[in-house]
Amino acid sequence: MKTTVNSKRPVNLDLSTIAFPLPALISITHRITGVALFVGVGLLLWGLDLSLASEESFNSLKECLDGVFAKLVLWAILSGLIFHLVAGIKHLGMDMGIGETLEGGRLGAKIVLVLSIVLIIAAGVWIW
Amino acid sequence: MVTNATSLGRNGLYDWLIQRASAVVLGVYFICVLGFFLCPGEATFADWHAYMTSTYMKVFTMIALISFMGHAWVGLWTVSTDYLTSLQLGKAGTTVRMIFQGGLALILLAYLFWGVQILWGVK
Repeated sequence: MKTTVNSKRPVNLDLSTIAFPLPALISITHRITGVALFVGVGLLLWGLDLSLASEESFNSLKECLDGVFAKLVLWAILSGLIFHLVAGIKHLGMDMGIGETLEGGRLGAKIVLVLSIVLIIAAGVWIW
Repeated sequence: MVTNATSLGRNGLYDWLIQRASAVVLGVYFICVLGFFLCPGEATFADWHAYMTSTYMKVFTMIALISFMGHAWVGLWTVSTDYLTSLQLGKAGTTVRMIFQGGLALILLAYLFWGVQILWGVK
């Protein structure tokens, strides 16, 4: 890519040199949870298969979910879903023009953080 | 107008819309499935089986899976066009990105057919 306008113009932001404000952290976490959920949905489909195939496989899945590791995996998937959903709802709000200012963006990020932490803790309590 | 042969809607506005519409479907589906488990009482096989294999939930699950395909494609396509480019990977950028996107398409199709098999293979 050659530019004739200003050759000193930065080509791309070097993310490793930038301090991330909260809205940026929420945004990158939204993206990371999205990538993780791509794998998570595979695990959920596996669970759906076991849960519907027969009463025996349903019971063996239930037994498996009594284990600490399985509970942690389920909690991780649910946490990803919760965060991605809450941050996604903020996105839809911003598409409609809600919270588009700098202050609005900061407030929205705080709401997403607090709400998703509360829901993730609730999901953890529900699983255990 | 600059277009990209690998983007789902062939332009950003369609991709934007596909991502939003599928997001709403997936959000409602998540709450409908979660709602079953949040109902009081122990989740039994008979109840769960009846709920998920009802025509209503079978069709909704298929719509959700197809929405997931579109949603995941737009999302991971965006990630791949941000981070798997010649800027990070040099000359290999385009090749690596195409392999990534090809694998992505295969996995998404596999998810869809797996879902069909789970729901229609069930007795």
